[in-house]
Amino acid sequence: MTPLSQLLPGQYGKLSSLNPERAVDQRLMALGLLPGMVLKLIRRAPLGDPLAIEFGGQVVSLRLAEAESLIVDVAADCPVQRPQKLS
Amino acid sequence: MSAKEITVALVGNPNTGKSTLFNALTGLRQKVGNYPGVTVARKSGRCDCGDGLKVELVDLPGLYSLAAASPDEQVVTDVLLGSLEGSQQPDAIVVVLDATNLLRNLFLASQLAELNLPLAVVLNQADVAHEQGLKIDTQLLSQRLGGVPVVLTSAWKGEGIASVRRAIAEVLSKKTKMARLTWPAQVESALGSIVSAVQSDTGTAPSMADAQRILFSSNAHTSERLGWTLARREPVIRQARDQVRAAGFNPLAAEPLIHYAHLRKVLEGVTSGGAGKQGNAAALDRVLLHRVMGPILFTGIMLGLFASVFWLAKFPMQWIQAGVDFLKSIVAPALAGTPMLQSLVTDGILAGVGAFLAFLPQILILFLFVGILEDSGYMARAAFIMDRLFSWCGLNGKSFVPLLSGFACAIPGLLSTRTIEDPKARLATAFAVPFMSCSARFPIYALMCAAFIGPLYGPGWESVVMVGMHCVGLIFAVPTAFVLTRFILKVKPQPFVLELPRYQMPKPRDVLWRMWQNAAEFISKAGTVIFAITIIIWALCYFPRDAQMAEKIRAAEPTLSTHELQARMQAAMIEQSWMGRFGKAVQPVFDPCGFDWKITVGVLASFPAREVIVSTLGVTYSIGKGAEADSNHLRQAMQEAKWLSGPRVGTPIFSLAAVLALMVFFALCSQCGPTIATLAQETGGWKWAAASFFYMTILAWVMAVVVYQTVIRIL
Ligand SMILES: Nc1nc2c(ncn2[C@@H]2O[C@H](COP(=O)(O)OP(=O)(O)OP(=O)(O)O)[C@@H](O)[C@H]2O)c(=O)[nH]1
Ligand SMILES: [Mg+2]
Repeated sequence: MTPLSQLLPGQYGKLSSLNPERAVDQRLMALGLLPGMVLKLIRRAPLGDPLAIEFGGQVVSLRLAEAESLIVDVAADCPVQRPQKLS
Repeated sequence: MSAKEITVALVGNPNTGKSTLFNALTGLRQKVGNYPGVTVARKSGRCDCGDGLKVELVDLPGLYSLAAASPDEQVVTDVLLGSLEGSQQPDAIVVVLDATNLLRNLFLASQLAELNLPLAVVLNQADVAHEQGLKIDTQLLSQRLGGVPVVLTSAWKGEGIASVRRAIAEVLSKKTKMARLTWPAQVESALGSIVSAVQSDTGTAPSMADAQRILFSSNAHTSERLGWTLARREPVIRQARDQVRAAGFNPLAAEPLIHYAHLRKVLEGVTSGGAGKQGNAAALDRVLLHRVMGPILFTGIMLGLFASVFWLAKFPMQWIQAGVDFLKSIVAPALAGTPMLQSLVTDGILAGVGAFLAFLPQILILFLFVGILEDSGYMARAAFIMDRLFSWCGLNGKSFVPLLSGFACAIPGLLSTRTIEDPKARLATAFAVPFMSCSARFPIYALMCAAFIGPLYGPGWESVVMVGMHCVGLIFAVPTAFVLTRFILKVKPQPFVLELPRYQMPKPRDVLWRMWQNAAEFISKAGTVIFAITIIIWALCYFPRDAQMAEKIRAAEPTLSTHELQARMQAAMIEQSWMGRFGKAVQPVFDPCGFDWKITVGVLASFPAREVIVSTLGVTYSIGKGAEADSNHLRQAMQEAKWLSGPRVGTPIFSLAAVLALMVFFALCSQCGPTIATLAQETGGWKWAAASFFYMTILAWVMAVVVYQTVIRIL
């Protein structure tokens, strides 16, 4: 149970929850970032913010403030991608 | 567009190659670039689909989901629903998917299936998929999607275009529709309850797609469009969402969850291979986005861009100048018999339009570099690097492209603000764009630097001032945006979700085409607006002619030589011309900035288009030179210009203080009719356009006064 913002560059995490009320999270879900999905924090921008994350074969930018409320389970480097139901 | 015309819409995620495909199908030339959000408005063209079937093809901005957030995405949903004024729903949809990322791309396709329109699927960028070793079973995919044609293309190479034409013809005749997914029973019944409630409340049944927007989206656009009032819809939607919850889904997350689960099954066995993609991006990003190297390279690239624009353009500029001088030397003697015509052609048209055209090389080079940066995929990285700085003034990285485009021209910059979701953040960005030093400001900087800074302080200072002037607008735009976003508009912190595309070799065809389009616009401006303004300014400077002028001067100073008399006469002529009188009347306003009446004339004439300043100075300062104008560069005329009266009499008009004040004035002043019109259009009214105009113009005057009065006291 770690906020995505605390992952280290190169670390994988399995998304456990997001907040569907938020516009950003809706956008990320449309891009395929759903609970159960494994993502990787690739890097932070030179000034520390935003982050570049990779999931489903794409690289997307995300601000630190938004990454704070995306909760992940830090995972070993084994991208298993099974979406779960979210209630 | 006649009512009968068949229309087909190109829809897909950003940066999949819709515009490239559109160009291949219609033979037109839409702007293409490796950045999500190049196309921001609908564009249409004719596409021949064989057997005499001609359809109206519509190229649209890219989007990830039909739950539209930004205005460019809204355009797509409006077109698809036929809710735009004077348009109807398209007869068919061509969904363009990036073959290398099918799952995500199919999410939109799956939403489109709910519109129940004939649909064809194009898997573009097949060449990249092939390179990655990705294999796609199109037949199986077509079968899984309910028999819609699935075509593999490489739009950029022109491969598979004929099959797309065939597929369009096929779906139009067979009305093939993509299979809808099977919604869980409770969700289906929740949708059903919304459909029947809307029907009984408004009298018309909504489409299934509309019902889904109402059920799944947090915004109320759809309900409002259908005229479903808040009081009536509230209880119905609440109940429907409870049903969705009972099925175990959060209503706001249900749509992607259900679609993606469905699509994973659709894709099972369809693709194989293709591991290890994004390879080039990862390696290049390690350098270009490196904590230390990244910003250094970014600064280097930006400085290199402006330096090369300045240096590379130097020689072609001289050639153009020489060409114009040559023309003058031929034309002047030929027209010696008719002094008025001679003056019109040499002092008016050639001096004015020639001075303007000399800046064509710089514009070409600037757009060449912008095109290369964008098509290579670096632009999105630049936005990524800059986001932090933008967030400080309430904007986000998506403001980067509008602002950078603003350095070429404010209008494409203003149009590209449409990719910004939040209306207030978009407004703040649009307000900042006209501050960027557009290429139309380049001529006056270049003229001033070449005529004064260079000769006085050497070429080193010339480029320092040049770069400095490009920063002036930026320096004022930042606090302006800060105050605007924090205190006036109160913009909330913005999300910044931008896909970083893969890197690619810039495609010369696309880059050169964009460069040419911008150049053509510039040239046609020279041939129309600038030409007309030049002639008007010339006429205002030439008339009225006082026939007794020579006698008057001779009477006052009988000892003058013929040559001196000639010079005196011409100076006196222009002073008593309409323009001379007008400029002198207004000059006191600009006197604190150190502008004489000729500069004042130039400033006033430049309000419709700021680049007019150069041609106007060209006319006002060369008109006194008569037939010998061919040997007199505008530069020289200005260097020699002195105050003829007032407290500064005898000192050069173009002192360092005045030169800097003039450049600062042009850096900040709002002098572009089309920009004001576009601003009004993009911000939905004249209020913000007027605010921008007065704010920038007053700021320009104040700063010009500050610069002039300060520098003159220091030196
Ligand atoms: N390798 C390859 N590149 C392509 C192909 N088609 C398009 N591209 C490139 O992909 C990038 C995006 O192309 P566009 O046509 O601008 O994409 P779009 O879908 O119109 O993008 P938006 O207008 O931003 O939604 C450009 O750099 C194109 O050159 C293709 O078949 N193969
Ligand atoms: Mg496009």
